[in-house]
Amino acid sequence: MKRLLTAQQLTRALNRLYRLVDSNLPKDRPLAVIGIRTRGETLAQRITDRLRQSRTHPIDYGVLDITFYRDDLSLRKGMPLVRATEIDFDLDGKVVLLVDDVLATGRSVRAAMDALVDFGRPQAIRLAVLIDRGGRELPIAADFVGASVNAPPGERVQVHLKEHDGQDGAFLIKSGKRRRQ
Amino acid sequence: MTDKGQFVWKRRHLVGLDELSAAEILHILDTAESFREVSTRSIKKVPALRGKVVALLFFEDSTRTRMSFELAASRLSADTVLFTAKGSSLAKGETTLDTARNIEAMGVDIFVIRHGQAGAPHMLARKLRSSVINAGDGQHEHPTQALLDIFTIRQRLGRIEGLKVAIVGDIAHSRVARSNIIGLRKLGAEVVVVGPPTLVPSAISAMGCDICHHLDDVLGEVDVINILRIQFERFGGNLFPSVREYSRLYGMNAERLKRCKKDVLIMHPGPINRGVEMTSDVADGPNSCILQQVTNGLAVRMAVLYLVSQGTE
Repeated sequence: MKRLLTAQQLTRALNRLYRLVDSNLPKDRPLAVIGIRTRGETLAQRITDRLRQSRTHPIDYGVLDITFYRDDLSLRKGMPLVRATEIDFDLDGKVVLLVDDVLATGRSVRAAMDALVDFGRPQAIRLAVLIDRGGRELPIAADFVGASVNAPPGERVQVHLKEHDGQDGAFLIKSGKRRRQ
Repeated sequence: MTDKGQFVWKRRHLVGLDELSAAEILHILDTAESFREVSTRSIKKVPALRGKVVALLFFEDSTRTRMSFELAASRLSADTVLFTAKGSSLAKGETTLDTARNIEAMGVDIFVIRHGQAGAPHMLARKLRSSVINAGDGQHEHPTQALLDIFTIRQRLGRIEGLKVAIVGDIAHSRVARSNIIGLRKLGAEVVVVGPPTLVPSAISAMGCDICHHLDDVLGEVDVINILRIQFERFGGNLFPSVREYSRLYGMNAERLKRCKKDVLIMHPGPINRGVEMTSDVADGPNSCILQQVTNGLAVRMAVLYLVSQGTE
């Protein structure tokens, strides 16, 4: 396990991501921030908290579990617990900011967009990721990126957040098996 | 709620609660919790089982269970085929196994089976390559009904462990009672079965439950009363003198409800014989969760279909 970002570097990447989001998303429109479970959920919560401090328009916050929408569902045997999606507000006409920790193949984002359109018709969907590690398998790009790294294929980038893992940081892990989401 | 994501489901079949551990039962309930949300969306569908085929084999009549499984499968984007015993090749002398194998040859992934003979789903689970879910076999088990009952109890009362549950009525003929007793005991609830001696075999105490022949004796001490339907079609001889007497001794009514705990939960797996097992004011009153059971049945069956489709053994 190799360290990619220290706690301090991760904070800087998140700050940069936040600034990009804040300066590019319209301030006069209803906004919904939706995190992809599990780490994206926590990042979305942090971004939402800061946006709510600086903006007067209401900002909805939701969580998406994309398990049912994955295209590799039948390739994975023995799934851990699926958790509920929590989007208890209307998406119609809103700008949705989709948040995830790492962008790699793009398949999670594809699944998340499929899930979102089942909930309504957002005015726009924007994608914010903390780390873009390259290795795309689908034509998907992030609108806002905290940090870009060139991770070798076959290794995965794992983000640690203090809410789950005790402290912030990002690591490069050699592995055959990919962690979910 | 338990084992946060660490537990991994492995089973390809669900033939009964008897072989499940408490952790596996809780995993199904927790997964069902996630599926409940799907039914509240404007588009009530997820692609989890897209391209899979679910065959519903109903050798016995059913409305609620069959529709519930059918709807659950379609909310997971699976295709369904339905087989009912009436007017089928079964009437031409085909065996259950041959019927199932022929349907399997059409490319089925999951079988949902209701059969009059206990053990039929077990037999098919051993012989078929597909997943098998028991939707009620003889007087043996009806696992998804018990799961949805337990799910509803947990939803309304917040827990299972330490609760005292009365199951009232025709215990002898009831697979719902058996599966409920098994599941509730595994999760740490106390169970008392209530009914006339002809409908409550004394050997049932071997399953770890108490027996009581007077409903009035248990009213004040139970948290849940699950009232079973009198299955007139299942027993030939007269097992109690008259419907009116049964109703007087074991029927739930407003007067009896007053002697219960204030927030006692009244359940019934349906279909209700109104005026026999319970009066309408109880069935439709605030303590009743009968329709909630039906709603939850959908989420529980979605969870079971999804889990067995992911199973490996």
